[in-house]
Amino acid sequence: MLSTIYFMLPFLVLYTILVVYAERKISAFMQDRLGPMEVGYYGLLQTVADLLKLIQKEDIVPATASKSLFKIAPLLIFVPIFLGFSFLPLSPAWGSSPFSSALFFLVAIISLDVIGIIVAGWASNNKYSMLGTLRSAAQIISYEVPLGLSALCVCILTQTLDLQEISFQQGILVKDQTNFLFGIKSLDVDVTLTGGFLTWNVFRMPILLFAWCIFFIASLAESNRAPFDLPEAESELVAGFQTEYSGFRWAVIMLAEYAMMLLVSFAGVILFWGSWNTPLPNIGSLKLADWTTGSTGSISLHLWGIFWLVSKTLFTVALQIWVRWTYPRMRIDQLTSLSWKLLTPVALVLLIICSLWKLVL
Amino acid sequence: MMQEVILYLFIGFSIMSVLVILLNRNVFYSALALLTCLISLSGIYGLLQAEFLAVTQLLIYAGGVLVLMIFGIMLTNRIAGKSFESKSHNWIPGILVTTSLLVVLVITFQNSSIKATQNELNTGNHIRNVGIELMSTYAAPFEVSGVLLLVCLIGAALTASSFKKSSHE
Repeated sequence: MLSTIYFMLPFLVLYTILVVYAERKISAFMQDRLGPMEVGYYGLLQTVADLLKLIQKEDIVPATASKSLFKIAPLLIFVPIFLGFSFLPLSPAWGSSPFSSALFFLVAIISLDVIGIIVAGWASNNKYSMLGTLRSAAQIISYEVPLGLSALCVCILTQTLDLQEISFQQGILVKDQTNFLFGIKSLDVDVTLTGGFLTWNVFRMPILLFAWCIFFIASLAESNRAPFDLPEAESELVAGFQTEYSGFRWAVIMLAEYAMMLLVSFAGVILFWGSWNTPLPNIGSLKLADWTTGSTGSISLHLWGIFWLVSKTLFTVALQIWVRWTYPRMRIDQLTSLSWKLLTPVALVLLIICSLWKLVL
Repeated sequence: MMQEVILYLFIGFSIMSVLVILLNRNVFYSALALLTCLISLSGIYGLLQAEFLAVTQLLIYAGGVLVLMIFGIMLTNRIAGKSFESKSHNWIPGILVTTSLLVVLVITFQNSSIKATQNELNTGNHIRNVGIELMSTYAAPFEVSGVLLLVCLIGAALTASSFKKSSHE
């Protein structure tokens, strides 16, 4: 609860400002341009300037819109996403809300986000907005299935829905549990005290790497990012459900989009890539994992935990930006057939393989 | 104390949103009010330590069913370009049904003895207990509802694809 206000809220604002800049710079470099260069050193203050401009703009509400709904819709989009952050553990000693079904709740919260989008599109009273909304709803509903199934693959391994417990299982701080190399008991290589990347979920059960691929693709669709940005396809729908929005309300919608990217990246790192655990293993007398985890009860435990969690998450966000500027947008029929005909069956097969891995090996 | 305030806040929200459903003529507003009501109920479940029920309420009712409902309303309403308003019908049967339901609920509430204490509810991993109960004590209803869902799924797939084709031929 407190972690959300003390850490997540300031972090989210800072992250959004930096990541919008990063997105513009990365896209520029990928297209052999320079990107923003004028405001501040190397264009660093460009996003701050843009934000100031957005706050000053007139708050326009279309004459035929449902006024109260139109005004409240950006908040309806942002609040569920922000609520999702309250379930994320930050470090071994700084957990989240004590909630034994946090992962389940996270999936439920992500699905509520679509209601804000529907309200925004409907209240705008605009054909483009409506089309964008219809696409968005179809997309988020269909991609929830592979997303949930791939998260379920992790649950089979961890046998808990508590995100803090899932994090503990993936490092050297775990108690009452032996981690074997790749989760295969017959190899008889005990890596519990070695730690590092060897005890991350993707290494405890290597088949989870494929589950993560599905999770990543579905999370791109859930956060309306390219190649799944059909709800706001600029070239055909102007800006989809956000066409009529301007000024600060539009800024809140953008904040929600970037917050969603961050939330799904956090979730992916916690579920698959070791959460707040260090990637460096203990090698003989070289206790790299012990050194980069911090000692219990001291501030170093917090600092290392947050450092590893945030850096891994930001790496995933960078991956999302890279994907956005690499692939073209999909058509709506390709989008739904990818979800229902490819990702969902593959996720179901992975679920069975994961169960067998857990039971047999 | 704080918990009680929040509890009454949720109760107030749910009652108010139900009143909006009853008194409002616009179907889209009614759907949104129903959503508020369902989320408030989920909040009440959460405050009463029924974690699993709260999240399920949120995921299935608030998240899934309602999105589909709003979806339907939107398609019929704005794109078709005609207003879609609800009118009140069947006053007398409605009042009869609701009064008898109220009587049943009040009598059940007075005769029942709800004794689960705070300690009983907090023991152990809530969701683990739910899972074990579902697979042991309530295995039969669980499986039957699974079969029901499978039938729905097959029916939906059939109406969507081959059914149409065969009627053309």
